Amino acid sequence: MLRLAPIGRRVVQQRSAAAFSSAAEVNVGTGVYQHFSDQDRIFTNLYGEQDWRLGDAMKRGDWHKTKEIMWMGPDAIVQEIKDSGLRGRGGAGFPSGLKWSFMPKNSDGRPSFLVVNADESEPGTCKDREIMRKDPHKLVEGCLIAGYAMRARAAYVYIRGEYFNEATVLDEAIHEAYAAGFLGKNACGSGYDFDMFLHRGAGAYICGEETALIESLEGRQGKPRLKPPFPAGVGVFGCPSTVTNVETIAVAPTILRRGADWFAGFGNPNNRGTKLFGISGHVNNPCVVEESMSIPLQELIEKHCGGMRNGWDSLQACIPGGSSVPVLNKDQCDVALMEFDDLRAKGSGLGTAAVTMFDDSVDMISGIRRLAHFYKHESCGQCTPCREGTGWLETILKRMEKGEADKREIPMLEEISRQIEGHTICALGDAAAWPVQGLTRHFSGDIEKRIDDVANGEYDPNAAFQSAWSGQAFDNKDWVEEHGGGMAYGSAGERLY
Amino acid sequence: MLSSRFSRLPRVLNGSIRSMSGSNPSHINTPDNLTTTYFDFTEENYLRVTRILSKYPSNYKQSGIIPLLDLAQRQAGGWLPLAAMDKVAKIVGVAPMRVYEVATFYTMFNREKVGKYFMQLCGTTPCMICGSEDIKNTIEKHLGIKDGETTEDGLFTLREVECLGACANAPMIQMNDDYYECLTPKTTIELLEACKKGQPPPMGKWGSLPMNGQVSCEGPKGKTTLMSVPEPPPFRTDFDKFEKVDPKSVKVHMGYGGYDETTPEEDLTGAGGVGGQGGRGGGTL
Repeated sequence: MLRLAPIGRRVVQQRSAAAFSSAAEVNVGTGVYQHFSDQDRIFTNLYGEQDWRLGDAMKRGDWHKTKEIMWMGPDAIVQEIKDSGLRGRGGAGFPSGLKWSFMPKNSDGRPSFLVVNADESEPGTCKDREIMRKDPHKLVEGCLIAGYAMRARAAYVYIRGEYFNEATVLDEAIHEAYAAGFLGKNACGSGYDFDMFLHRGAGAYICGEETALIESLEGRQGKPRLKPPFPAGVGVFGCPSTVTNVETIAVAPTILRRGADWFAGFGNPNNRGTKLFGISGHVNNPCVVEESMSIPLQELIEKHCGGMRNGWDSLQACIPGGSSVPVLNKDQCDVALMEFDDLRAKGSGLGTAAVTMFDDSVDMISGIRRLAHFYKHESCGQCTPCREGTGWLETILKRMEKGEADKREIPMLEEISRQIEGHTICALGDAAAWPVQGLTRHFSGDIEKRIDDVANGEYDPNAAFQSAWSGQAFDNKDWVEEHGGGMAYGSAGERLY
Repeated sequence: MLSSRFSRLPRVLNGSIRSMSGSNPSHINTPDNLTTTYFDFTEENYLRVTRILSKYPSNYKQSGIIPLLDLAQRQAGGWLPLAAMDKVAKIVGVAPMRVYEVATFYTMFNREKVGKYFMQLCGTTPCMICGSEDIKNTIEKHLGIKDGETTEDGLFTLREVECLGACANAPMIQMNDDYYECLTPKTTIELLEACKKGQPPPMGKWGSLPMNGQVSCEGPKGKTTLMSVPEPPPFRTDFDKFEKVDPKSVKVHMGYGGYDETTPEEDLTGAGGVGGQGGRGGGTL
């Protein structure tokens, strides 16, 4: 998902300055995350031991007293979400309660809509997928409650087109909820009418940006709209709308059921709650896990991912929040807390909490070059700085990767990224610029060394080739036999091909 | 100095047409893809068309373009002939150009024929550092095709695409609708050979297949949390502090009145048709 608000150039410069000074003043180990137990996890079917269907979902506590929660009234629900400190889980981290409160409280004849952003395509991010295929009723119930809190008439879920099997599950979950009387007329017996529709996209990263998503939902090219008017005034179908991430919606019912204080009990101030982390890259056990906010990065990796494959010291860099946030170097990773504020102070961001770990075997220039290709490919072509600039970034990085650049081009690369950033309608331009800025900030030495090595004939382009790595060898047979439904690869002996 | 540096750089303008969709953005006449080629939805698919359009307000039929193009592509065998786009334009009542714009913008619409097994290889950085190039080399070598090409027997098409959102299970490919994850060169070849026999491995319990034996996102070494089945979350004890608000009053206040009567608002939400018909089948996708 893209960040919501473009951040002006001045702010970023301040942040870059902060990035160099803040290493000494981090608050590692505040301990706010340590009393987090299984009992506090929201997504209790994350690994799929139970069924996704309504029966098992209700055993997990979904749809429990939904009607009573709706009787709290929209204002009290929004206030509870505000009190819980929930911040949007789609990348920008905007306070959710505040966002919901922007929706009109009186109708001018137009209905309001809730739009759920399930266009999960930020590189590194794979958390919403797990919600939609294993716990879809958390999302469906969340849509009813959040939609009601916004006084919305219906919810549209925009799911990325590639998630076909996930969409099938979610669609069926919506049908189950209708059949049980939880959606539709007199939803949950509350007297409120609420509908929910699933809309599949067709493969465009930019549709994760809220106004592009609205455009796409209306059947056009996913090109972001200029704001204002903001979606809360004129959104989908010309009606007031709020676009919000799957995880934000899916955690809302549990927050309301357990109370804002419970949710606010995890994480540092301003960074409350629990979070799904999707960890990929060179760790021993890449996985998706729910953890408390503000957990130190190193602890997250050691505890749930079995550490880096060649030990923590082999760490070269980390992208802590999906490709749109700048990379952290090793020193920053040592002390980073997985929360909005601390990562922001380090010149990066929590984003979608999609952690990608790079060990020292990676050629960082090629890693960022591939991201530049991604943004060039996904730029919608509407604003010139982004459409042209992303191509330039890739071209220059391609030459830098081969060592065919001039050292004076490193500040030029930075300058181009500054020309893109903040000069586009949406935040894709910013997102394209930040990884490159992270590279020039932390790895300009590598670029210079590459140029020298090539000049001296010492560079081996195959040295950084990455062979397939999806964690250590599989070693979880008993659990898979019990919970894999006999459908895991190899379990039925189909390896005989 | 900067400007002189720039003048020596190759000036490649990217053009205003976004090259997101994998194939050529302009239409090329081929014998099976002319403006005169016949395309119509099947009777069964017309039921789906009706269901799809019922999701959107009646004055926003255009919203159905993307789902209808997807339906047409499935019917046509994985690609979108020009005639199918024209048909969709006719159904939603817009100029054909509006549909061409959409079809060229989105990656999932193939405007040229693809193989029976259409492989989209995720090549973005999280997959790349986990060896997507290794997998790509394996496929290219095993099938003798390059990125974007189709095998001579029309069985496989390979295309490198951007992040497919299964990063914890990298490296991975999407074959038609299905995700095959946690690949190695060895399992990639197993997968290709299975497809050649017409028996691609079935999806696992959660609609994807990690080829290293795991179930979904728990990792090859197994999960580290939720070791016991947690109790359902306890309901708050301070619930009585909230004043009661009748949701019906909110409904009336917002003018969302009678669900059954057709008011202008109802028309706008398109709620009259689909809501409350549980179990209408998965065909609306």
